[in-house]
Order: sequence, then structure tokens, then C-alpha cells
Amino acid sequence: MGKLTREDIKKIKEKKLKELHDASVTKLLLCGGTGCHATGSLKLKDALQKEVINKGLEKKVKIVETGCNGFCAMGPLMLVYPEGVFYQKISEKDVPEIIEEHIINKKHVQKLLYVDPVTKKTIPYQKDIPFFSHQMTIALRNKGLIDPEVIEDYIAQDGYMGAAKALLDMTPEEIIHEVKSSGLRGRGGAGFSTGLKWEFANKSKGEIKYVLCNADEGDPGAFMDRSILEADPHAVIEGMIIASKAIGAKQGYIYCRTEYPLAVSRLGIAIQQAKNYGLLGEKMFGSTHSFDIEIYQGAGAFVCGEETALMRSIEGKRGMPRPRPPFPAQKGLWDKPSILNNVETLSNVPQIISKGGKWYSSLGTETSKGTKVFALSGDINNIGLVEVPMGISLKKMIFDIGGGIPNKKKFKAVQLGGPSGGCVPEKYLDTPVDYEAIAKVGAIMGSGGVIIMDEDTCMVDMARFFMDFIQDESCGKCTPCREGTKRILEILNRICDGQGEADDIGKLENLSAIIINSALCGLGQTGPNPVLSTLKYFKDEYYAHIYEKRCPAKRCAALLKFEIDPNLCQKCGLCFKACSAGAITWKKKEVAVIDKSKCVKCLGCYSKCKFNAIL
Amino acid sequence: MIQLNRPQNPDIQENMWDKIDEIINSNKNKAGSVITVLRECQNIVGYLPLDLMDYIATGINIPASHIFGVATFYALFSLKPKGRHTIRVCMGTACYVKGIKEVMDRIEQEFKIKAGETTEDRRFSIEAVRCLGACGLAPVLVVDKDTHGGVSSDKIISILETYK
Repeated sequence: MGKLTREDIKKIKEKKLKELHDASVTKLLLCGGTGCHATGSLKLKDALQKEVINKGLEKKVKIVETGCNGFCAMGPLMLVYPEGVFYQKISEKDVPEIIEEHIINKKHVQKLLYVDPVTKKTIPYQKDIPFFSHQMTIALRNKGLIDPEVIEDYIAQDGYMGAAKALLDMTPEEIIHEVKSSGLRGRGGAGFSTGLKWEFANKSKGEIKYVLCNADEGDPGAFMDRSILEADPHAVIEGMIIASKAIGAKQGYIYCRTEYPLAVSRLGIAIQQAKNYGLLGEKMFGSTHSFDIEIYQGAGAFVCGEETALMRSIEGKRGMPRPRPPFPAQKGLWDKPSILNNVETLSNVPQIISKGGKWYSSLGTETSKGTKVFALSGDINNIGLVEVPMGISLKKMIFDIGGGIPNKKKFKAVQLGGPSGGCVPEKYLDTPVDYEAIAKVGAIMGSGGVIIMDEDTCMVDMARFFMDFIQDESCGKCTPCREGTKRILEILNRICDGQGEADDIGKLENLSAIIINSALCGLGQTGPNPVLSTLKYFKDEYYAHIYEKRCPAKRCAALLKFEIDPNLCQKCGLCFKACSAGAITWKKKEVAVIDKSKCVKCLGCYSKCKFNAIL
Repeated sequence: MIQLNRPQNPDIQENMWDKIDEIINSNKNKAGSVITVLRECQNIVGYLPLDLMDYIATGINIPASHIFGVATFYALFSLKPKGRHTIRVCMGTACYVKGIKEVMDRIEQEFKIKAGETTEDRRFSIEAVRCLGACGLAPVLVVDKDTHGGVSSDKIISILETYK
């Protein structure tokens, strides 16, 4: 295939769209994200293919493996086009019925349809399911709709039109102006203006400049970048092409986590396809601009999400940050002017160029424009990815879209922004999704991880968890972060082990303030946030651990008795069944008893007991 | 081309050395290739023995201290041999909230090793990994290439029993 011009792309688009809207062919869009792969979507795909061939329906049915659909809790899942019917939790056994009922008899397979947990109503179409209907997709617009390994699918959805416009019709200054006027801010965490960042790099002098994409999604509980890379890799490539023209770069790198093999593989395929079509390489679209992209795999270091550390890592060194200035826009990778944008940021760019900055800035709040992707997880019914306009409340996101807390448990807190973020309690759930508003309640927008915690979560233990993370991932270059986080962790460990001392809270606050003020990079400067935010809203739990030697949520093993209260025990035997160490004896209609000599303190029985009878 | 002396190492066979030489030769003049070389060599040998790192250092003409620094900095690299099966336990926040710590404790107790170690019979290596990005399945662990979602401390041992 030779080099494509803008006209060629338009032709491909028209042809592909005709195919897509051809009602005589039913398209089974099967989710092929990491989550659905794990629940068996690949086997399902094989089974569907076999059944289609068995029934001689090859011309009437097309099976497409898409990227992550986002509704991960319901996998494996499938969308049927053109009607838009949504099937969930499909097993191989359901395949004959799907073909027989849906394809041949043109009826919905009732048992695989979504049932609203609140109203108990069956909802056949994806667009009507609350999880989807409250969303507004820009960065995720192609999720679950296209085959990420087929470039024509992306082109059919207006793909590469933004890049063509930028390369053929716009000057670098015009591109930067458009991105600035969109109000797009970095979606990786810091929230810096993307247009300004590009402007700085544009103004830096130098023949060689670099466009870098941060796909080192390290925040635990955030998986939007993985999902975009798996579902829509061309959007990221197109965003990088536009950025390269804006700053005058000829080479780009995507720094991707090695823990995301599927994303790496799909990116590789996408880059190769773009090269084959001449959309990457020399003089793209017949313009004078040339640009190429290489994938660079990370090696498992959280700190490499920090820009200067990431650049060191691409240079083949230890990923340690350095003080700024000079900023990467002046001296970045190999000391050349560089920009680093994250995956979600870049995937917004093509549409900002196509539809204009004004369109994008019409969405959102005063200071936070557009949409943001959030990864809902933890104790919530609808685990998955959601993209919402900035400004909607946390409550709406958690309860209307997320479907609330499972097992009739009570909401306790929501953790926003990963290890650098904070926990927000119930009373602040009306807070809108907005960089400044979230910061005001002691958390950060971060990369968009939203972890919901129910009443069984111990907040001291959570603070300890995050500190363990930060302490382990600290690169060790600066003393406040290396030593300070270690000391904080020791204090938290002591408190959770029932050895807390009266002045521990003061020590924690003091140490946190010192680290925030003196650490070298963002990792250390924000590291104590989880401690401070839990201290701010859940101090009573710290008091219970320190003074009463009690863990109210029953998660800290050292503070539990591993005894069953005969007055509360309902003799159901659930704890007996849950114990894999054989430490619990129980007979029907008798109170269970724990043999402490055999107990391995795994807490399996605590999570199973519905009556709070284990002390 | 410099002919390097291949050190004696029971874990590295001749054909492995051939592949290692290929990796070294195709990366020796590339800037910043250390991590790539280490990753590919580890894929072949299973871990990074000290004498292999020395060999790489000579091969790509970068000080051994730098190689060692990189290998010990990143979580991906292991300086110790791995077991037949690698259990990668996700210690992300979503998994933690849903009880992965109890699962990890249970595995550590059962096989009498800590995260990052390998059982004496080299049956299992246990790694605590940061978020696998499969939060929809939390709590999650991956054994070799099999992802197990929704694991719990009471069922995990019977799942692991199937890996011999």
C-alpha cells in the first residue's frame, strides 16, 4: 500500500461506513480487553466462529474483537450491531442460543440482557443502561466499537482527519492556539495546560525535539490508559502526530508499562499499519512534515511516571527524577526539548483539532474543561471505566453510574488520585469533578482512579497500604522521601499492630509536612497525602487503634481476638466453610468455635460472617 | 567484532549464549539500550545471574556498575532464579480493598516464603506486583499466564494445587 492522501482516507471511510451500516450483516462486537480476556472472551470468540460456520451464516454475521468496552464487571460482554443490543456475562454454553435466537429468530436472548439492580428492569440496548447513558465519550469514543487491529475501522470513525488537517491546513502556532483555547489540561495527574506545554517546546530552539507519550500507567486502581491503548491505539498515535507538528519534532516515543502486554502488542500493530499507509514516516499526507514513533517498554518502576524520571529511563538509566528547571520543554530526553503527554490527553487531541477548541471548552467547568475518564473500582457494583463531563458530582458518578455499593454495605470513603491522592468521606460527595474542587477536599484528580470503600475498610490500614507503596517505589535519590516515608510506614505498622503510642499522630503530621516541603519530585511531595487525608476525616479510627487497641473495621489482625461471640453467632456455618486451615469446628444448630492453635489469621471467616459475631 | 569468553553457568546453555550474543550485537551501538538488552536476556535465561550481567557489560561496552544499578532498580529484573510457576499477586488498591492481603498472607504461610522469593523445590515464585489494570476482577492474581479473578484466602490454596 502506498502513501495515503486526505482524499484516499475519505474514500476508505465511506466504504467502511457503508459496511458498518449494512443491516443485512449482524456485527457481534465482542470485548477483547484484558478483563474480558481473563473471563474467557477468547474461547467465546472461537465458539461463536465455529457456530456461525456450522449454521452457514458466514455472510450474515461478522465477529469483531474490539478493545475494552469499559463495563468490566459484566464481562465477557458483547454488543450486537447495528441494533445496539448489550449482552453480558456470556459463557461458551450460551453460543448456540445466541445464534439461534438472536441471529435466526431475531429475538433477544433474555437471560443475557442487563438487569438494572435497582429497578429490576431488563434493559436490552446499551444506550439505555445507566452505566452508559450518563457518560459522554470523547477519549473513549471508539471503545468497544472498532477492531483496534484494523486501521480502516479507526478511519471510519473520522480517524486521521485531525492529523490531516493539522499537517495540511494549519501552522504550528494555529495548532497550539486551538489546543490552548480548548482548555485541555494534562490527564496524567498534574493538570498542566497542554497547549502551554506545547508552546514552550515550540519556542525552544533546536533541530532535534521529541514527543513522548506517557503510557506508564502506574497508579494502582487506574486502567483508563490501558483501555485506550487496547481499544483505540490509533487515537494516541494521531494525537502524537499533531503534537509533533506543533513543536517541530521528528521522533516520538511511547513509554508503555511492560505489565500491559496486550496494549504493547496492539500499539505495535497500529504503528506498523500507520507506517504502511504513510501516515507515519516521511512527508505524511503529502505535507513537508515527517514523524516516526517507537515503543519503549518500561521495567516496572512507579517513579517513571514522573517526567524527568521517565526520560532517564528511556536513556537506559535508572529512572530517577532531577530537579527542574530546566524543564523538559527546554532540556528533556537526551537534553533536547521534549514534551510528555499522557495517553488520555493525547487521545483527546485529534477531536479538538477536528471540531475546534471552542467545542471542547464548551464542556466542563470554569477551570476544568472537557471530559475525564475515571476507573471505578473497589466496593462498587458497576466496576469499569466511565467518561463524564467535568463538573458532575462524585455522588452521581458513584451511585447513578457506578450503581452504588454491593451487599447492602454502607459507603465509607472514596479514594481519588491514587497513592498521591486522598480519601473523601460521605459528607463531601457533592463535590464536582474539577481539578480545583477536588483539591479543596484534600484529594487530587490524579489520573482518575476512583476506589470506593465500604464500611469494612480500615482507614488506618489503607493509609499504611499507600505508604507501603510509596516507600517501596521511592527511588531513593532524595532523603525526605527515602527516609521519611519509611519512618511514616514504621509508625503506621506499629499502630496497626496494636503498638501505637500517644504521640504517634503528632509525629505523622510533622513528618508529612516535612516530606511535602522538601522532597525532590511529585512522588515525595504528594506521598503523605493519604495519611493526611485519613487523619483529617477518620481520626477516630486512629484513636481506636492507638488508645483502645481496637480496629473498628476488623481488618487489622493483631487487634482481633479470633473468638466467636456465642450471643451473636447464628450457627449458620459460613465461617466453618470459609476456613481453609481447619481451625473452626461447627455442627448444625451449634455455635462455631475457633481453635486458635490451628488458626492462621487469614481473616477469611471475618469476611464471610454476616452477623459480626467474630470478635 | 570482539569475541567474548562465555562464562560457565549451569543455567545458561550454549544455544542461550548464541541468542544472548545476537541481542548484544543488535543493540551495542544503540543509545539507551540497557533496559531492552536486560529484558530480552532475562526472557531467555529466566533471571539475570551476575556473570551474565558482566558479560553484557563487556558486550555493549557499558560499565558493569551501571548494568547492576539498572537491574536492581527496576522491579522487572530478578537476580535470583525463578520457580517453575510464577504467581504474580496484584497489590493494587482495588485488590487491596477487596482482600488481596489476606490472600497473599495465606500463600506466604502455606509455602513458607515471602513475596519476591522462590520455594526451595523451585515450584513457585511469588511476586507482589503493582496494579495489573484488571480491577474489574479484583482481587486478582496471575499464575504464569492464567488470570484468576475474585480469589479469596479460603480458596487460593486449592487453585494453586493444580500447578505442579
